[in-house]
Amino acid sequence: MQTNFTPEQLRDPEIAVANQILRTCVHCGFCTATCPTFVLLGDELDSPRGRIYLIKDMLESGRPASEEVVRHVDRCLSCLACMTTCPSGVDYMHLVDHARAHIEETYRRPWHDRALRALLARVLPRPRLFRAALIAARLARPLRFLLAGKGVLARRLAAMLAMAPARLPAPSPIERPRAHPAAGPRRQRVALLAGCAQQVLDPEINAATIRLLTRLGVEVVVAKGAGCCGALTHHMGKHDDAMEAARANIAAWSHEIEAGGLDAVIINASGCGTTVKDYGFMFRGEPEPWRARAARIAAIALDISEFLTRIGYRPTREPPGLTLAYHAACSLQHGQQITGEPKALLRAAGFTVAEPAEGHLCCGSAGTYNLMQPDIATRLRTRKLANIVATGADLIAAGNIGCLTQLASDTLPVVHTVQLLDWMAGGPEPAAVTKARAPRLAH
Amino acid sequence: MIDLPAPNPATLAARERIVAGLRALLPESGVIAEALRLKPYEADGLSAYRQVPLAVVLPETTEQVASVLRFCHENGVRVVPRGAGTSLSGGALPLADAVVVGLMRMNRILAIDYADRLAVVEPGVTNIGITEAVRGAGFFYAPDPSSQLACMIGGNVNMNSGGAHCLKYGVTANNLLGLKIVTIDGEIIEIGGAHLDAAGYDWLGILTGSEGQLAIVTEVTVRILRGPEGARAMLVAFRGNEIAGACVDAIITSGIIPVALEFMDRPAIHACEAFAHAGYPLDAEAMLIIEVEGSIAEQDDLLARIGAICRRFDPISLRISQSAEESAAIWKGRKGAFGAIGRISPDYLCMDGTIPTGRLPEVLRRIGEMSESYGLKVANIFHAGDGNLHPLIMFDANDPESFHRAEAFGADILKLCVEVGGCLTGEHGVGVEKRDLMTVQFNSVELDQQRRIKTAFDPDWLLNTAKVFPLTAALAPAVPHAA
Repeated sequence: MQTNFTPEQLRDPEIAVANQILRTCVHCGFCTATCPTFVLLGDELDSPRGRIYLIKDMLESGRPASEEVVRHVDRCLSCLACMTTCPSGVDYMHLVDHARAHIEETYRRPWHDRALRALLARVLPRPRLFRAALIAARLARPLRFLLAGKGVLARRLAAMLAMAPARLPAPSPIERPRAHPAAGPRRQRVALLAGCAQQVLDPEINAATIRLLTRLGVEVVVAKGAGCCGALTHHMGKHDDAMEAARANIAAWSHEIEAGGLDAVIINASGCGTTVKDYGFMFRGEPEPWRARAARIAAIALDISEFLTRIGYRPTREPPGLTLAYHAACSLQHGQQITGEPKALLRAAGFTVAEPAEGHLCCGSAGTYNLMQPDIATRLRTRKLANIVATGADLIAAGNIGCLTQLASDTLPVVHTVQLLDWMAGGPEPAAVTKARAPRLAH
Repeated sequence: MIDLPAPNPATLAARERIVAGLRALLPESGVIAEALRLKPYEADGLSAYRQVPLAVVLPETTEQVASVLRFCHENGVRVVPRGAGTSLSGGALPLADAVVVGLMRMNRILAIDYADRLAVVEPGVTNIGITEAVRGAGFFYAPDPSSQLACMIGGNVNMNSGGAHCLKYGVTANNLLGLKIVTIDGEIIEIGGAHLDAAGYDWLGILTGSEGQLAIVTEVTVRILRGPEGARAMLVAFRGNEIAGACVDAIITSGIIPVALEFMDRPAIHACEAFAHAGYPLDAEAMLIIEVEGSIAEQDDLLARIGAICRRFDPISLRISQSAEESAAIWKGRKGAFGAIGRISPDYLCMDGTIPTGRLPEVLRRIGEMSESYGLKVANIFHAGDGNLHPLIMFDANDPESFHRAEAFGADILKLCVEVGGCLTGEHGVGVEKRDLMTVQFNSVELDQQRRIKTAFDPDWLLNTAKVFPLTAALAPAVPHAA
């Protein structure tokens, strides 16, 4: 596609990258078909091609972001279904990242928008704060009637209250920095991204990961100083915060590489995985040794399903006779192009795996999207759950905490893939399985 | 660069009043009129041509379409219909004084009837969306343009779209049973329905391929077919374009009609392989994708007979797909071919002419010669069995001179198609792209006859004007009566 940057603009390395991305797009429109917001809203402006056009115009003009551009870029889930679909290989992810940073720098949002984003950026990446906030939200739930208004702020606050789980698991010591030794001879040594929001919402995911890996002969290190991957702030365009979080992880894991070597950095929340795998790009303009360190970490970052496929997984229990609806998290299927591994592992573990229709469409979680855009997120959730229920499955398996939270409902229990794999290889039965079996046992 | 007509100053002056009038007819999010938000609507799949429209409306019902058209008609405002905006001929290119009517929100499947083998859908349903809705019951909708993932059935009707599998099943016109249309004065008319052959004159025939110039389609009744027992694709690699072209002619001449017979040359093979990882032969100058369907015995028999013909043309390799996944990857590469060219060139013009299959070798050779004389690379990807060519001329839109050369090269290819007894357009439509070449195909008497049809439906020439006919003829509504 034609672009109209001046030679002076192109001397800015960020603009040069954006120009390269834009030049790859041939405006064929394939991306519109698999974009959740285009499917729902039926407006070119809410499609990847339309957003690319808006971003192109914004960057070429050098103007501050306008309210219109912000509206349509904000509606993008960053699910990256468009990148899976695009025949030309347009790097939409880095283009929309660039646009978000430009918006954050040049656009002044309404006060409540700024306050909410600042609050989320501050609270979510910090487990203790997040935990306290969830408890507060639960206590505030009876006051929901005060938010009966139709304003965007009221709807967002209502979405946040609704999202807070009714029962919060007790804090787990599992994420404290230490090395969990391999059971038997050590085959591999890995670092586990212990994460931020996930360990508060469901500490069993990390616990199951560590149990399963150590049982398979892998030493699992929770590195001191590592924390949030930076994705939450990165997707809000808060570049400096994201870089700070990423830098802390890179430092912590680089230290582990030097201390004892690492075969991989394991991520069991795929939203985080997409970002850790992008550290190399994020630090491309940073001075050494950061640039090389970031590239090295990105190169050894693996989703838990990739790692298990690589080292080999075998169940020890008999097949449980359960049918799973496998929900493909966008960050896995589009962000990291991991589609076959989780399903193959679950089948190997003895489950029947059903794949819901419209598997390419986002469930609406998308990081903080369900809090910032509750209307669209709710429509996507309803659509997703309907497709899942239609499979007749007993429970839902997914590899990302955002989706698990978004898809939690009274209809079907949700569980992380790794918990099921751990169970079938000797770990405890996940609570979701017990719940899924309960009605059948009652008969 | 293509000339667009000077906008009607009265319409531009009345802009605010027109937008206010439209807002009264549609929900708030259904009218787009801010300059910044109009910009992404300035082009369709032929992005070399661009024009920001006066406004965009996104109606959700037939009644809303009717009210918008009635309003535009009463106010003398031009209208440009738009579906997914995937046209490669600029069929949805706006005009500065026109209202774009986007049908993307009308994306419901209204009825499916397996007993009578039909589906009733709104125009904003994607082509693949119809097949997806009936696949579970073993049915499919046959015409399959390469953009079928995104392109919408309303656009398919207006361009009479084809596709790889049309060699056996025919194009859109052959798979259509009924239409609901809205005329420019807001009248809602139903034609045909749940039965073959609409009553009276072949109105479906006139409307199919009318490029949005006669009416706006708001409902489509299509024929759905029961899927074959099975299908298998074969990849055959050749040492030259002309050799592969001669092989196509030999297959068709033998009387065998495969379900699909597709051609890709070296640049196309490489670009598509990078996208689809289908195991295309990277050492070949040209490749044919040949698909057969039916029972296993039927497939085996056809593949053996076609294979024997191919072997007469000294193929480099011949590979039969062994699994559904392998076939899916082969077709993913072919269907994503145009976009995949984006990997090797920032811009392209996609030509669309048809020729008698017997002239394939000669035409491919001459396209190669033109490519050299114009100094522009070309990739050939096309429906060979139908003789429907799609040379993609690669250029750099940031270099206006290369664009002008690409346009001239494209015009020469299409003139060549007419010269050898073919036609300017196979399935993309004339649009704005081939508008000025219509005089190569038709004389002024023939053009006037066609303009009279347009006038009968749309006396003021408000619907998708400045397309299909050469600009001088495309704007003058008054056509003399036939002598």
